[in-house]
Amino acid sequence: MANTILEMREITKTFPGVKALQDVTLEVERGQVHAICGENGAGKSTLMKVLSGVYPSGSFDGQILLDGQPVDFKNINDSEAAGVVIIHQELALSPFLSIAENIFLGNEQAKGGFIDWNKTNLDAAGLLARVGLRDNPITKVVDIGVGKQQLVEIAKALSKRVKILILDEPTAALNDDDSAHLLDLIKSLQGQGITSIIISHKLNEIKAIADKVTIIRDGKTIETLDMHADEVSEDRIIKGMVGRDLESRYPAHESTVGEELLRIEDWTVHHPLDATREIIHQAHLSVKAGEIVGIAGLMGAGRTELAMSVFGRSYGTGISGTVYKRGQEVDTSTVSKAIAAGIAYATEDRKKYGLNLIDDITRNVSGSALGKLANWGFVNRSEESTVAERFRKSMNIKAPTVAAVTGKLSGGNQQKVVLSKWMYADPDVLILDEPTRGIDVGAKYEIYTIINQLADAGKGVIVISSELPELLGICDRIYTLSEGRITADVPIAEATPEFLLKYMTLERESPVNERA
Amino acid sequence: MSAPSPTQATDPKPTGGSPTSRQPQSGSGGNPIVSAVSYLGGQLRQIGLFIALIVIVLFFQITTNGITLAPINVSNLVVQNSYILILAIGMVMVIIAGHIDLSVGSVVAFTGAMAGVMITQWGLPWPLAVVLCLVLGALVGAWQGFWIAYFGIPAFIVTLAGMLAFRGAAQIALQSTQISSFPQGFRNIGSGFLPAFGTTGYEPLTLILGAVASIALIGTGLRGRATRRKYQLEDEPFLWFVTKLVFTVALVMYVGFLLASYSGTPIVLVILAVLVVVYSTVMKNSVFGRHVYAIGGNVHAAELSGVKTKRVTFLLFVNMGVISALAGIVFTSQLNLAASSAGTGFELDAIAAVFIGGAAVTGGIGTVTGAIIGGLIIGILNNGLSILGVGTEYQSLIKGLVLLAAVAFDVFNKRRAASSGK
Repeated sequence: MANTILEMREITKTFPGVKALQDVTLEVERGQVHAICGENGAGKSTLMKVLSGVYPSGSFDGQILLDGQPVDFKNINDSEAAGVVIIHQELALSPFLSIAENIFLGNEQAKGGFIDWNKTNLDAAGLLARVGLRDNPITKVVDIGVGKQQLVEIAKALSKRVKILILDEPTAALNDDDSAHLLDLIKSLQGQGITSIIISHKLNEIKAIADKVTIIRDGKTIETLDMHADEVSEDRIIKGMVGRDLESRYPAHESTVGEELLRIEDWTVHHPLDATREIIHQAHLSVKAGEIVGIAGLMGAGRTELAMSVFGRSYGTGISGTVYKRGQEVDTSTVSKAIAAGIAYATEDRKKYGLNLIDDITRNVSGSALGKLANWGFVNRSEESTVAERFRKSMNIKAPTVAAVTGKLSGGNQQKVVLSKWMYADPDVLILDEPTRGIDVGAKYEIYTIINQLADAGKGVIVISSELPELLGICDRIYTLSEGRITADVPIAEATPEFLLKYMTLERESPVNERA
Repeated sequence: MSAPSPTQATDPKPTGGSPTSRQPQSGSGGNPIVSAVSYLGGQLRQIGLFIALIVIVLFFQITTNGITLAPINVSNLVVQNSYILILAIGMVMVIIAGHIDLSVGSVVAFTGAMAGVMITQWGLPWPLAVVLCLVLGALVGAWQGFWIAYFGIPAFIVTLAGMLAFRGAAQIALQSTQISSFPQGFRNIGSGFLPAFGTTGYEPLTLILGAVASIALIGTGLRGRATRRKYQLEDEPFLWFVTKLVFTVALVMYVGFLLASYSGTPIVLVILAVLVVVYSTVMKNSVFGRHVYAIGGNVHAAELSGVKTKRVTFLLFVNMGVISALAGIVFTSQLNLAASSAGTGFELDAIAAVFIGGAAVTGGIGTVTGAIIGGLIIGILNNGLSILGVGTEYQSLIKGLVLLAAVAFDVFNKRRAASSGK
């Protein structure tokens, strides 16, 4: 193994209460493209943050060897000085600065404190040529597309004399042409002796460019496959990514499914800033009374966008399609109309979109249905407190009183407040977006129980989740979503993790019939 | 003594068998002194504000040899600060929603100018002119609210533009002159008193009003506490509740007594009292008020809860416009003069009052009463320093430092609370 450029040995990283990485080992050969695969939350990004010094040495256990020498990165500057550069999923460019200024941001080409503009722009032009970008280096970054911005990031990495380039989901936000160009570029950089580590959900891309793939699951290295030696299929990778046991983490539940409550037809949504980009394409979806329906999709598949566009057009532009409630067409064009139509949406990001963190439980619970508590525009505060207290007890919200400020509750209790808010609004259909994200196992069980109770009360529940075991554990039926398209609709009896992952990663080019 | 906090132990096992071990709640009951101290620690801001007000009053009472609390000065204090206090009520609502209004001083000048034009040039009866000015204020607010709420321009920019534009509009309306000598009825709004009965030393109507206000304060205080106890939400120690109530009532009665021994109740005080009661109730108990707090606390969450955030924002600025017009009327009537330079710097005094009164720059936090106390602190500083003969340059310097100190105290208090995990 003389040609090993990077070795990560027995990396263990713990966050309070969570072991994000456990004895992870990674070996990357010089000049190769090494892919890292795993489900959402498996620990891929954490591993790359350990490698790039985002988590400084000392905050994790284990050893990193670069060219056989142990290294201690205290911060990103250290890792970049050693030639390890990470390009994050969310690009870190300053939009109103030029391409050249961005490339040399923090590394300005200056003489005596003054920027040498000729050198800056000339060097930038040279770097742009290497990544195949023909734009003028003085163009502002805001004026070029996301695909080109990704290339600017790579040019920036090249300016730092990168040896190992880490790309976190580089094509997640790109269209097909830009993706293809980026993959070509990674190949050509390989020819220039640059090693790449690429994190991707897109198995076809991995197949196309990776030399090796390491699979991570639940914070552990599962296996490393040699893409040339073993003739690895996508199914083989999927098998490595799932294959987790489904313990009794889910309460037993029999659903009694009734009439259809909600149906969405031909739902198409465009990106709010780029009206030519389709985020959701002609989605069809329905939920019946007493039914728990799951939506499985990888990050960026459009799960949240689908839900929020239905709920009062809170996301997107150029939305078309029809929403039917009990067979009748309903107007959901504003949030209040959607609520009036009996739809509720509990967000995946409860701190940012779900709660008023500086206010108490009472006023958060009553927040979406204040009208029910009001006479002549004035809130009956005694009744409001009674309602909040009722939910505190029935939902087992752990807080001394309902006057507790929600910002100080734990994630699980915050989620219960969000759920209480929507249960008090008494909708017919609840869309729960990542209802158990960032919640400990015990509270998850309670949330699942609440979801079951909602279904038993005749509500239709739609659960969006990144965790396949969760969907398989609680749903009656699961839709898969890939690149904004509903690719499958399977009853739980026929759903397996392999099946779901196959349809969650289904590419746009290869149309298949809805039910495989 | 705090009400016993309901603990998990009293709950029937709620939602199925959860595998989590339930942690015992750290109860807030127990030692009454400890709980009282910890409660007061959490209320440091509110207490600090009251104490600051008392200290400032006492300081000036001593240094001015008793002039500060002389009946005539108290009466003047109320009258001369009324327009700032009126503006502070509207401003605190705008700031709670996370916005700002820099235009109020210019709107005061503009509506005051229009009042002058309507009464003296157009010959309209003054009550009609007052109503028209309030409508004009609403239109001004609607204009600014439209750009802020529906067009998405930051309030800072829109109202900065309004600050310039409405100052100009005032000058245009007055054609660079001044209008004085308003009818007596109009002048009474700002400087008149309620009709006095009797001829003895103390004016009885004012004493009666003071007594009624005291009874109302005690009544609502007790009722609110009883309701909160019923729902086990009371964490205010009884002793503190009584102290606060006694202090407030004493203050009201004392001010009533002072006013009665001068000329009675100023009409602006009645206007102000009505505004405080109405807007406090709106902000505390109405759906609209709740929506304002919700928008300031987390606009995204409010939007996704079905709050019509744009409409609420728009109405807030309409309301601010009406309140500015009212302040403009009071100011013009008090000075018996409509001048285009009226209201210069009022926006800054109103904003300072709101922040001294404990509102958060980031929105979501603040109260009408806090803003009024903040306004009183500024007013008493102005008044006391003037009596002492301190120049306006030093007055401005001192007011600036007081504002900074108040907000610094807030930030310090928040950090302390955060680090102690409270």
